[in-house]
Amino acid sequence: MDLNSLTIESTRNAIGAKQITASELIEQFYGKIKAEDPEIHAYLTLCEERALQQTRHIDDLVSKGAALPPLAGVPIGIKDVMMTKGVRTTAGSKILDNFIPPYDCTAVARLESAGATILGKMNCDEFAMGSSNENSAYGSVRNPRDKSRVPGGSSGGSAAAVAAGTAVASLGSDTGGSIRQPASFCGVVGLMPTYGRVSRYGLIAFASSLDHIGPLTKTVKDAAILLRTIAGQDPLDSTSADVPVPDYEADLAKPVTGLKIGVPKEYFSEGLDPEVRAAVEAGIAKLRSAGCEITPISLPHTAYAIPSYYVIATAEASANLARYDGVRYGYRAKRARTLSEMYRKSRDEAFGAEVKRRIMLGTYALSSGYYDAYYLKAQRVRTLITRDFEQVFQKVDAIVTPTAPTAAFKLGEKSDDPLSMYLADIYTVTADLAGIPGISVPCGQTASGLPIGLQVLGRHFDESTVLRVGSAIFP
Amino acid sequence: MKVTEKDGAYVADLANLELTDQERQRMLKDLNSILDYFDRLNELDTSDIPPMAQISAKFGPSDGTRRDGISPVWREDVPRPSLPHSEAMKNAPETDGDFFKVPRVIEK
Repeated sequence: MDLNSLTIESTRNAIGAKQITASELIEQFYGKIKAEDPEIHAYLTLCEERALQQTRHIDDLVSKGAALPPLAGVPIGIKDVMMTKGVRTTAGSKILDNFIPPYDCTAVARLESAGATILGKMNCDEFAMGSSNENSAYGSVRNPRDKSRVPGGSSGGSAAAVAAGTAVASLGSDTGGSIRQPASFCGVVGLMPTYGRVSRYGLIAFASSLDHIGPLTKTVKDAAILLRTIAGQDPLDSTSADVPVPDYEADLAKPVTGLKIGVPKEYFSEGLDPEVRAAVEAGIAKLRSAGCEITPISLPHTAYAIPSYYVIATAEASANLARYDGVRYGYRAKRARTLSEMYRKSRDEAFGAEVKRRIMLGTYALSSGYYDAYYLKAQRVRTLITRDFEQVFQKVDAIVTPTAPTAAFKLGEKSDDPLSMYLADIYTVTADLAGIPGISVPCGQTASGLPIGLQVLGRHFDESTVLRVGSAIFP
Repeated sequence: MKVTEKDGAYVADLANLELTDQERQRMLKDLNSILDYFDRLNELDTSDIPPMAQISAKFGPSDGTRRDGISPVWREDVPRPSLPHSEAMKNAPETDGDFFKVPRVIEK
């Protein structure tokens, strides 16, 4: 079986038609991972026992001729920030090096109930903090399209495995672009749903008002299928929304003719690589010939999104990461004489440089005397950025932009300069701040063969339109 | 320089971090360059703009009565099984069987 070309649809068809059993398929995937992943390093932990238990169940259904669940036997990778009961979950950090979760993340549980097989846990930036995957405590992921380059981050392993064909699809998380930017760098599809669309229960928290779980896939249709599986209200997450989940796959069949597409001038200004601009403009031309009405728009507060985002995200992170103190789980420093020394030494020894930097930045922004100037100010600017989108969405149905200002950069190129790394998120953080859905789809490549991503943004809970426009670009 | 050495030490203390001397020097440099960039937020007059802490707050009352937006969803306050004690203790670095064990709390 050609594993590289498998989609969710073709996998479930092959299993349903008895061309291969789910157990044989998963063995082939583990063979491929063991042969090819050492060069890419997308996987941190494999969970073969758990996977085989699931595939035996699926094979049993097939042999009985029973109805198959929608994701029967589809091999999926999970970013290592989502809890998997009994399977080590590190968040890419040494502080959780030996952590075995006592329960499952809701999104993971929903995938398994729908028949999917969990292959393993994907490498990522430590606590999802990074745009290149170089902040993983377990070593960088390499971009399968060019191994001297980064896969993007923080869901770098999730994107790289789908691009390399070592997973049919994967789940990632997006706080400032961590699904869409690596999707763009690796040439796959990455969807960030509306805030509240997918339960965050069991997602290791980075910035709770900005964290989203979403799929990385080979096709837009696969993203639609996975979203439908993981979406919907969850009593275990009070921010998960009680909004009906449509049949995204069926909605893809609707034509894009007549849709109004906004093109914001702020996303095409200084700093945008000319090759990326040309590819995205070609994508926009494609939408025009498909019958979309293209409208120039303005989102005037875009330039303030990076500082607003990084103040809010680091402030929330500094509070969320206070729980890692060496008492109840995770790393504990040896030879500490007192409790407070134990807290400090444990955190000092087990957190990486970027995590410490963000905890410091966030603690500073929340500290007495700076709270108003930084944290409250950033939250007010968040309102302005959200209002920009609300106004524009009265006139257009979707917005099209580049996903990132450049294609994948070289390993080590930005790792010494935190600010230049933060600016890699310039086109993605706005959607996280406003809570709107966004997708990155491949739209061509650079002269040297690096993938380029185009981003589609939509109204709250209107993933259907976002997917539909994405599919018109990348059918 | 906005963040002085003294500020850095104070913030590290609040964050329960120690940081080596080398880390502290690098941290001050990074924090100052990042905060300099963040100062562009002050170009905006936001005196009449309410702060936004989360998306849910934007979509109607937070009393959970609304069901057509992203207002928080409440559940009935009824007891249900919780994580068994033994499961909750499983990842602990040190226990005495019943409780988490930590070094001395009261410092001399």
